[in-house]
Amino acid sequence: MGQGAAIICRQLVKSYRNDNEVTPALQGINLEVQRGELMMLVGPSGCGKTTLISVIAGILDHDSGDCIVLDQDLKSLSDRQRTNFRGIHLGFVFQSFNLIPTLTARENVAVPLMIQGMAFHEAVARADEVLATVGLQGREHSLPTHLSGGQQQRVAIARALVHKPSIIVCDEPTSALDKATGHQVMELLRTATHNSGRTLVIVTHDARIFEFADRIATMNDGKLEGIEKGRAAGV
Amino acid sequence: MNTGMLRIALKMLFGNRGKYFGMIAGVFFASLVMTQQLAIFTGLMSRTFGFMTDTGLPDIWVMDRNVQFIDDVKPLRDTTLYRVRGVEGVAWAVPLYKGMIKARLSNGGFQSCNVIGLDDATLVGGPPIMLEGKLADLRRSDSVIVDDVGAAGKLAHPPEYPGGPRKPLQVGDTIELNDKRAIVVGIARVSRTFQSQPVIYTTYSRATTFAPRERKLLSFVLVKAAADTPIPVLTERISKQLNLAAYTNDEFSWLTVKYFLKYTGIPINFGIAVTLGFIVGTAIAGQTFYSFTIDNLRYLGTLKAMGATNQLLLGMILVQASVVGLVGYGLGVGVASLTQLLSTTSELAFRFPWQIMAASGTAVVVICLVSATIALIKVMRLEPAIVFRG
Repeated sequence: MGQGAAIICRQLVKSYRNDNEVTPALQGINLEVQRGELMMLVGPSGCGKTTLISVIAGILDHDSGDCIVLDQDLKSLSDRQRTNFRGIHLGFVFQSFNLIPTLTARENVAVPLMIQGMAFHEAVARADEVLATVGLQGREHSLPTHLSGGQQQRVAIARALVHKPSIIVCDEPTSALDKATGHQVMELLRTATHNSGRTLVIVTHDARIFEFADRIATMNDGKLEGIEKGRAAGV
Repeated sequence: MNTGMLRIALKMLFGNRGKYFGMIAGVFFASLVMTQQLAIFTGLMSRTFGFMTDTGLPDIWVMDRNVQFIDDVKPLRDTTLYRVRGVEGVAWAVPLYKGMIKARLSNGGFQSCNVIGLDDATLVGGPPIMLEGKLADLRRSDSVIVDDVGAAGKLAHPPEYPGGPRKPLQVGDTIELNDKRAIVVGIARVSRTFQSQPVIYTTYSRATTFAPRERKLLSFVLVKAAADTPIPVLTERISKQLNLAAYTNDEFSWLTVKYFLKYTGIPINFGIAVTLGFIVGTAIAGQTFYSFTIDNLRYLGTLKAMGATNQLLLGMILVQASVVGLVGYGLGVGVASLTQLLSTTSELAFRFPWQIMAASGTAVVVICLVSATIALIKVMRLEPAIVFRG
């Protein structure tokens, strides 16, 4: 692990308002994730895991408390600054991959670079290199529909890595995959973390991948119930 | 937006072929209907002043003050011609007869014809294109010139046997106009008019012998302004001095068009068709574009999560709407142009000036903007957190 915390949450509170009804989602979360750490968030459905990573990723505003990511207080950033911050410092891996179906694998991977203004040819060349590192050389021109679930998730991982973000946020990255493929995907993610000092925050229900975690935070009812060291940390 | 994101926007658009062709179809349908209906409307309206178009030499038309359109002839006294010639600034003035006279056909039937009587000396106001014979042949006794459509159609000889072809009226044939003999000495091509009667040209003096007896027979006086007299000055002078209406060619054309716009249901009928085309096109294109955006909402959310600003997403949507608009409009106007090309030899009134292209182009821009705005509102309100929903 690197030096210092990549993510600091202090007394983080977030509620959803629907007409007059207020539903608390996060109730005073205190959490620190170190640089280079692989942290898993677990807990029953509706306990606030996804809300927490949405706030950490800067795509959802919190009501009160502090959320400091890479030494930057997210609350102090404007909408546009936060969007730029996400584009530069964060990578995403989603449960249902979210690959644009009309784009080839290399184009999907190149998207974060092009959003940052990189020219098309340069971006796809870089995308090809990253696809090779996730074992998808030769499939650069395949459409997502022509790839298996595991291959699609590897494309999604390549997309999350291509712009060299400091933090990768994953939402159920293995739940749509079988055990073997899920393990391959986690190996890839762990390699990406350990080799480059990236921080990984993974929301999951999938107990088959707990062994990859450095630490596992358990949530319930919008609260953090406890944090324990994972098997990857030698426990 | 850089070229990379431009390509991504276009690939997202072209990749969803069903929606893409649906949007194109909406814009195509709207631009085709609007362009075609406006072109037919313009064609019909321009037929109302087709005779003026053919009579381009005079600068001014002089007529009774109560004339409302070209076929609304209110005859003047013959002396009016001399009074007009006496107005300062008139280079020359010639009489013109215009009236409906029944022609008796060789099968015994009757056909109303639009008879034009030209100044005997100058033949000013003659047909623009002579297909057979010469305009000067009108100086021969009993001579008339017939328009080609009338000669091949309503004035044609009956078939020689049942079901056989009708033989067009030809040079040398004889017809009867109000029981008086008329010999065809020429076939001319004239602009199609709003009325579909055959057009027969003859001299003024002969036309007055064909015409039913009336005290006054002079329909119009055609005037050329002297070189040093501005036309508006002369029209005002004639109007004031003689208490007559005096219009330039354009003014008289507009007077005629305005009459038809005001007293016929033509504009309303075409207006309804054009409006329907616009509404249906907007509905199809707007609904399909909205549904296309909804389909892509998850991916737009993903782009937003990955750092795409609202401006970038708006730019992508505007590019997509512009491409749909351009392709749909191009196809619509293309098919309309093809219709014009194919209709040159048909009865279809079709006139396609650039103003119609501009009008339908503007309507297509509005359609695309409406469609894009509906989608944009959705994208602006889009929570990037949507990407974490399963």
